[in-house]
Amino acid sequence: MPGSHISGEFRNVSCPFCGLVCDDLVVADDAGRLKVRANGCGMAAGAFERETPPKASQPRIGGRPGTLAEAAGEAARLLRGARQPLFAGLATDVAGARAVGRLADCRGGVLDHMNSPAGMRNALVVQDTGWITTTLSEVRNRADLLVIADTDIVTRFPRFFERCITNQETLFGENRRCEIIFLGPELPEEMTISGLTVKVVPCDTRRLHEAFGALRALVAGRQLQATVVAGVPLREWQELADRMQAARYGVVTWAAADFDFPHAELAVQAICELVKDLNRATRFSCLPLGGSEGDLTADSVQLWQTGYGSRTAYGSGRPAYDPYHFSTAQLLQSGEADVLVWISSFNEARTPPSCPTPTIVLGRPGMICAREPEVFIPVGTPGVDHAGHLFRMDRVVALPLQRLRESSLPSVAAVIGAIEQALQVA
Amino acid sequence: MLLKLKGGRVYDPAHGIDGEVRDIYLRDGRIVARPAPGDRIDREYDLSGRIVMAGAIDMHTHIGGGKMNIARAMLPEDHRGDPVARTDVGRCSSGHAAPGTLATGYRYAEMGYTACFEPAILPVNARQAHLEMGDTPIVDKGGYVMLGSDDFLLRMLAAGEDQSLINDYVAWTLQATHCIGIKVVNPGGISAFKFNQRKLDLDERHPFYGVTPRDIVRVLSRAVYELGVPHPLHVHGSNLGMPGNFETTLETIRAAEGLPIHLTHIQFHSYGTEGDRKFSSAATRISEAINHSFNASCDVGQILFGQTVTASGDSMAQHRNAGHAHPRKYVVMDIECDAGCGVVPFRYRDRNFVNALQWAIGLEIFLLVDDPWKVFLTTDHPNGAPFTSYPHLIRLLMDRTFRNERLAQIHPDAQAMTTLGSIEREYSLYEIAIMTRAAPARILGIESLGHLGPGAAGDITVYREAADREKMFAAPEYVFKDGELVVRDGRIVTLIWGRVHAVAPEYDRGIERRLRNHFERFQTIRAENLRIGSEEMIAFGHGAEMVTHPCRRPPS
Repeated sequence: MPGSHISGEFRNVSCPFCGLVCDDLVVADDAGRLKVRANGCGMAAGAFERETPPKASQPRIGGRPGTLAEAAGEAARLLRGARQPLFAGLATDVAGARAVGRLADCRGGVLDHMNSPAGMRNALVVQDTGWITTTLSEVRNRADLLVIADTDIVTRFPRFFERCITNQETLFGENRRCEIIFLGPELPEEMTISGLTVKVVPCDTRRLHEAFGALRALVAGRQLQATVVAGVPLREWQELADRMQAARYGVVTWAAADFDFPHAELAVQAICELVKDLNRATRFSCLPLGGSEGDLTADSVQLWQTGYGSRTAYGSGRPAYDPYHFSTAQLLQSGEADVLVWISSFNEARTPPSCPTPTIVLGRPGMICAREPEVFIPVGTPGVDHAGHLFRMDRVVALPLQRLRESSLPSVAAVIGAIEQALQVA
Repeated sequence: MLLKLKGGRVYDPAHGIDGEVRDIYLRDGRIVARPAPGDRIDREYDLSGRIVMAGAIDMHTHIGGGKMNIARAMLPEDHRGDPVARTDVGRCSSGHAAPGTLATGYRYAEMGYTACFEPAILPVNARQAHLEMGDTPIVDKGGYVMLGSDDFLLRMLAAGEDQSLINDYVAWTLQATHCIGIKVVNPGGISAFKFNQRKLDLDERHPFYGVTPRDIVRVLSRAVYELGVPHPLHVHGSNLGMPGNFETTLETIRAAEGLPIHLTHIQFHSYGTEGDRKFSSAATRISEAINHSFNASCDVGQILFGQTVTASGDSMAQHRNAGHAHPRKYVVMDIECDAGCGVVPFRYRDRNFVNALQWAIGLEIFLLVDDPWKVFLTTDHPNGAPFTSYPHLIRLLMDRTFRNERLAQIHPDAQAMTTLGSIEREYSLYEIAIMTRAAPARILGIESLGHLGPGAAGDITVYREAADREKMFAAPEYVFKDGELVVRDGRIVTLIWGRVHAVAPEYDRGIERRLRNHFERFQTIRAENLRIGSEEMIAFGHGAEMVTHPCRRPPS
């Protein structure tokens, strides 16, 4: 595997806990206790260091401890009787995503990642009009203007500014300056105390699509009747439009997870269409922030295998994509899913939705579900307990994940393999 | 297990066999010489009246990597229109212009193809490319890794670094990404676009680095040659799609200074500016250049009418063309100080003057290049048309009457601008076998493919003879892969995973320190993590074998 292990210290470690997937961490292993020695943020340190050798790590069937073979057998029995199993959560690595895709096809199930409500806000725009995007190294070297559409980047992606914005040395010079403009009601506290210089345009998040519509009109040289748009005087929008057009390499960034309001994809689309307009005269790109719980990994794998990502049903023997119908919430509420397989291998707080549907959980040890699942199989964390691969937020780079310690916890891919074996013994 | 394929009409140009009735023997996945009379034949296939060729090889098809996945994400309607049902043998999938990898493997195999090569792998995206190819069943695969707009190379060129260091970088890249060739796309142009440059001519200086596309083609073709990489530098030239670009193409050939060079989807680079609409065919000039050249080869990149998607590393050209998208949507990306891409769905119409002439130009090139060892059958899938249209294209090349019927239906002004109607040539089966089997294997340096002699891989395609060549090539009767029957009557019967072909030229390790330093200072991935390990490759390919082909450095 890439990276190296010298006397209990791992170098070039990829951190799987946010979409940046920083791959320069140095992590030490002291008899199963991990310590981040270099290049980790608070989130990484917290996530790696809380990974004590797991205690409660036995599978459970109906709450009673059992072996992996027994649990896999019970999971197989439930799946055999299911007419439309729902494979949700899907927080796993590339190998896990490949395995679950195979199983969902075989059992005629539905695939839907836990982050798909946010993911859809971007996916629908790509399907409708597309976008112009860039990647982290480009931002690091070229961006001279960063426009943030109301997301607390410091909290969500702690090393983003250090790695991509505040670096002074680039491929093209040593005194790089990137201006930062924040659009939103107010600057998040973490960003305020970070020491960054940020200009704020105080507009309501839910009116971002109006704001970007106005910016498009101004960039196109149109005369607006309104004097105030989204609560902000027009002249401030004109200033922003001028600044964007004067940028040599501008970037607009947002986190779809934070656009939690109806029809948010229209706001995303307004951003993307503005960026396309700006590219008539200068270079400007979108940088959709995201990537957690392996969402981009699951999406990428399903897309390339079958043509569709989340919200796709395999029951008819052909892939059927319906973003409105095949959502986890919809299927569980209507009873159209008769078994739930919940996969969550990064974060024990991401538990399955509370529902009476028989549930099989492949989850972090120590996970506490609202009700005890019919089958619980503890799995390892990719990048800690076993090696693997994970896609970064810009969806181009797939980082290798290392195994950092001895662990008996199986990977999601291994557990699915055990379930498939049990299914064959019918 | 000894198999006998008996009495078929064999076309094996690598051995000069032109339609002779011969038997073929397979043992342990390979073709073997006629066995001793006492050896027991375990299974015999009666192929009397059938046409037998080696499995076909597509040496330029976009089957793996981020931009194809962007195309898939963008086009759910493409998938809805073309679902691929689950069978006992394989999982379901979908897609026509941007098919899922499973559909891709099934359909290539069903058409008698047994090896496919992805021509545009970004170094930082190589894992995804190999994962996607790994999830492409049956066919063997490999890839060409892209250089030429990456800042590391451009910095070296601007600093006047020695060719030997460039060779080391190229070799390192091939080893790190497990590829079999080097590709360059719009040399320097992808980078120039990031500086807001909208075009970059062959002798125009890059706005920051000051080097020219000609410089880039020169040093990369030299690197490929000096490293002994069998496949020539694979060049997507400057000024793609622009009227008058044939001059650029002719000069690009010269930029290699006599070293081997392969010009890809050359149809898109064969345009003149004559006529009222200032758009004309320069296929004659281009074909002449290929005919008279000792170092240049080409693949056509034929367009065929219908809906498809253009997915290319040429972000500059794709952005320029985005206004022609059909449906009206597109994605363009700047990627990792490495490369870029653009995905623009497109519908080629026979009633559109430009599209009609593009169609004719591609066919002119096929028919005017004399030597089928120098011209390769591609549609630059999916850019010109989906690969499932190859049987139709073969019919156009083999059947002049059919071709002229089609010609009579295109835009009348385009008909007036092409000499296609006066070209009498029809490709023979032997020439098709050269162009789709023997020649691709040779130009890739893969000795075990593309032929039917002893030692060859057991990749064999058997067709029922039919006057309608489209029908014939669309659904082979049998396809063998590594000696196993995988397709019968155009349907998959066995699912296996093909192998990956690559080269691994040696290099001075000193370049690694420079790369580590460069990546640490400027990139957001470590050089050590860009490199893909062998065990990763095996996992990506479901345990399939990796084959490293020899590099033969020229005597210095």
